[in-house]
Amino acid sequence: MIFSPPEAGKPFTNKIPQVHLREFHKIVTRFYSMETITLSGQLFQYLITGITVGSVYAMVAVGFNIIYNVTEIINFAQGEFVMLGGLIMVFFHVVMGLPLIMAFPATVILVMLVGILLDRLAIRPIRQPSVLTLIIATIAASILLKGAAMFIWGKDPYDLPAFSGRNPITVFGAVIQPQYLWVIGFLIVIVIVLSIFFDRTIIGKAMSACADNPNAASLVGINVKQMILLSFALSAAIGAVAGITVTPISLMEYDRGAMLAVKGFGAAILGGLGSFPGAILGGLIMGTIESFGAGVISSGYKDAFALIVLLIVLFFRPSGILGSIEISKIKRF
Amino acid sequence: MLRIGKIPIAVFALFIIAFPWVTHEIPSIEHYTDIMIFAGIYCLITMGLSLLMGYTGQISIGHAAFYGIGAYTSAILTAQYGLNPWPCIIVGMAISAVIAVLVGAPSLKLKGHYLAMATLAFGIIVYIIFNEEAAWTGGPDGMTGIPGLSLFGFEFDSVKKYYYLVWIFVFAAFIFTVNIIQSGIGRALRAIHVSEPAASAMGVDISRFKILVFVYSAVLASLAGSLYAHYLNFINPSTFDLFFSIKLLIMIALGGMYNIWGAIIGAGLITFLSYEWLYYFQEYEVIVYGAILLLVTIFFPKGLVGVPGIVKGWFRE
Amino acid sequence: MTLKRIAIFTTICLFCLGLMVSPAMAFKGTYKVGAVFSATGRTSFLGDPEKKTAEMIAEQINKAGGINGHKLELIVYDTEGDATKANLAVKKLMTQDKVSAVIGPSLSGTSLAVLPLAEKYKTPLISCAASYKIVHNDKTGKPYKWVFKTPQTDTMAVEAIYARLQKKGINKIAIVSVTSGFGASGRGELIRLAPKYKMNIVADEKYGPKDTDMTAQMTKIKGKAPQAIINWSVGPTQVTVLRNNRDLGMTSIPFYQSHGFGSRKNIKLAAGAAEGVFCPLGSCNIAGLLPANDPQKGVTTKYMKDYMAKYNEPLSSFGGHAWDALHMVVKALSKVGNDKAKIRDYLENHIKGFVGQHGIFNYSADDHNGLTKDAFNMVVVKDGDWALAD
Repeated sequence: MIFSPPEAGKPFTNKIPQVHLREFHKIVTRFYSMETITLSGQLFQYLITGITVGSVYAMVAVGFNIIYNVTEIINFAQGEFVMLGGLIMVFFHVVMGLPLIMAFPATVILVMLVGILLDRLAIRPIRQPSVLTLIIATIAASILLKGAAMFIWGKDPYDLPAFSGRNPITVFGAVIQPQYLWVIGFLIVIVIVLSIFFDRTIIGKAMSACADNPNAASLVGINVKQMILLSFALSAAIGAVAGITVTPISLMEYDRGAMLAVKGFGAAILGGLGSFPGAILGGLIMGTIESFGAGVISSGYKDAFALIVLLIVLFFRPSGILGSIEISKIKRF
Repeated sequence: MLRIGKIPIAVFALFIIAFPWVTHEIPSIEHYTDIMIFAGIYCLITMGLSLLMGYTGQISIGHAAFYGIGAYTSAILTAQYGLNPWPCIIVGMAISAVIAVLVGAPSLKLKGHYLAMATLAFGIIVYIIFNEEAAWTGGPDGMTGIPGLSLFGFEFDSVKKYYYLVWIFVFAAFIFTVNIIQSGIGRALRAIHVSEPAASAMGVDISRFKILVFVYSAVLASLAGSLYAHYLNFINPSTFDLFFSIKLLIMIALGGMYNIWGAIIGAGLITFLSYEWLYYFQEYEVIVYGAILLLVTIFFPKGLVGVPGIVKGWFRE
Repeated sequence: MTLKRIAIFTTICLFCLGLMVSPAMAFKGTYKVGAVFSATGRTSFLGDPEKKTAEMIAEQINKAGGINGHKLELIVYDTEGDATKANLAVKKLMTQDKVSAVIGPSLSGTSLAVLPLAEKYKTPLISCAASYKIVHNDKTGKPYKWVFKTPQTDTMAVEAIYARLQKKGINKIAIVSVTSGFGASGRGELIRLAPKYKMNIVADEKYGPKDTDMTAQMTKIKGKAPQAIINWSVGPTQVTVLRNNRDLGMTSIPFYQSHGFGSRKNIKLAAGAAEGVFCPLGSCNIAGLLPANDPQKGVTTKYMKDYMAKYNEPLSSFGGHAWDALHMVVKALSKVGNDKAKIRDYLENHIKGFVGQHGIFNYSADDHNGLTKDAFNMVVVKDGDWALAD
């Protein structure tokens, strides 16, 4: 059934005599992807979708971890970085018309600035930090960022062109959007860059030292405050990348951040707070469970499945899959 | 911190009793009594939470779930089975207590952010159930036909009557909570907050106390939920979502979580801010709300109840 | 002391001056009408155009001399889509502001939340939300006495879609819906009415209002090979679902959206994926497409022109619900004055053949919605714009 026979109520687009480029793509797509799908094709599709969505969660989770490692703060405004990444990219790329290669870094830098401001204006001024005050401060900051975004962009969702077109690739009966590969690819790039940064560079090592023991780090001459600032900038940058890459798939609007923050937080906890491999594993697991849960069991309960798995894991491993119980004992929060 | 004076309690009681009579005389704030009913309902939850978070140091971002369980138990039993509301409220509290034990026993072994996530997850799961089990809960559109409350033929059918009903409950809970704080249990809780190993060395059965307080706060939230359902005669899931749990957190942080007065001030203030005062800012409301929150956290990390102490500090200088 | 007295005296003087200046227009008195919409918050796409529309109408009416010489005072409160806020606002309107009637709220949930208040305070309320439950009391099988509504129900939208499917000989369908009030209510009606139109629902999928991707749900549907897909949602997800549908190469399966798809922004956002999508829309959305002899041609064209001129933004069909509601109240006020019981009776007995934005209304004791499925036109997306489907 490559060309499905014309059926009643079929969209009229087929009848348009002159074939635009877009229509041409459509016809090509239809030629390759059949209207029916085998079970194995379905399962593979769930996996691909799950990994893509999971990659976004993983990026948010990595952002959480960078700040957590240096400060022990969970930055609930992390989701707003993703939202800002998407919307600022829309401004640079679609409104200003900058090419992708310029708009991308410009967006990342701008969001990093927001991250730096967040630290300077909301986190550092707090004199007697406790977990709850810090959580509230980041929640307050996220409310402010959301409000500001609503003013700048309004409440409508925005779209971004896909990086390399929208012609899906068909593999084993599953359909893969090129943008999916960009999302997964950027997660891999982030992983590589971060591991080089933390293992090979002086600054990276200094940041790791702050994470292990801030007092000792400052004794050996590391400027802890600068490291905290850097951690905010870095995690804002990762959030921006997540936002830029996911917007062509899911659109972006001002109030998307909160839900992404919750999912990312779940991923970070599932993998074990502070552990980068844990964050990636956690994100991918959350995304895959959601996707399979929606496809195989019940789409209404899909968010619940991921969270139930998270709870079960926590009850058996109170510090997440890859988190170390020893380390979590040292941490204050 | 453990001493709660009799004079402030008396002043507070007088304020609550006089409130509807005073506002009734001023047309522009006549409806404040109505808002105070919700403030009272939220006070019930925040008092329990203050005991849990401030005095015991355990975070919960899932109390909207217990609030919802109370509301839905009341609603389903009265609207669908036609039972008398009062036993339904008790049943709701019992169900909440059982669920609190089941969830609390494994969760409260978790620390810090892990506990926050576990309670958050629990809250979201319960919210999804409210949405999905439409045959029972009416789904996202909500449930209508929940009866009002009456006692021995006396109907709590006006704003003023319901106001006093809610605040009587708040007072009862307040006295009970103060008694807990001032008793040996309160000292044990403080010990847990300061240092768990030390408390444990002193012979405090930590996990039992933690679960006890968790259950107590869940039962209060459930009672609040039932009172809400019978007042509005309607409930829908979005009232019990994640954002409400966060709002509760904000109430406690804003008022000051190391003090039971903070729970009351925070609940009252946030209720009036979000239902009345910020209305004048219209679209800017979100920004003003965020800014107030941020400024209070920065300048009064102990919440608004800490303000007198800070002012005293200035004078000493 | 004296300074303070002077200050108080000046304030009082200024206040009196203000009172004297404000009723500058020579109105006989004021008619107060309350309005509650979700003007901000997550569902502002409904409430915001409704609020703007209501304010625009009030301004037009007062400029034209009011209602029989009475000023129309519109008191608008924002519910943010929150049941508690809606309850507080409507109570305030009915008891403190003492309005003659209330229009809104925007959502089914908030409307159901304020139903008991309209009954208790005996004030007519015209809701701008979709669910049939607003005007149908399960216990009596009749409408609530004081509550009316203007938008077409989900039932009508579903019937419009099913009727067309049946005509085309389709009976194997898949439904997708968002887990919000709008989606759940539409899904309920799709399932309830399926046997009547002999529809066989082979897949019943859901997604959350903030979900990023629905490929999994659409893949499952693809596996079931339905003859048509019906999606019930509002907001960005209804665009994402279309894109996922296209990406999966399912464009040859006829795709139906609910009446929630009625904004041109959605077509644009779908970036081509909306081509060929069907949806049932009220006349308000497609004023330009209506034939010249259509009874609604005049009102819809004027509304669209006025709205776009005043607010400089494309018209959203949701504003039309507020247009219908407020104009009905105004009509009642002009005939029977501001007595609440008389307004209610007028609405129930004399709103017949009322030409509104979303249809021609006929209220009666058994029908407080006043529309039939003919209030919908089946529309198809063609070259990035609406076109009437055959």
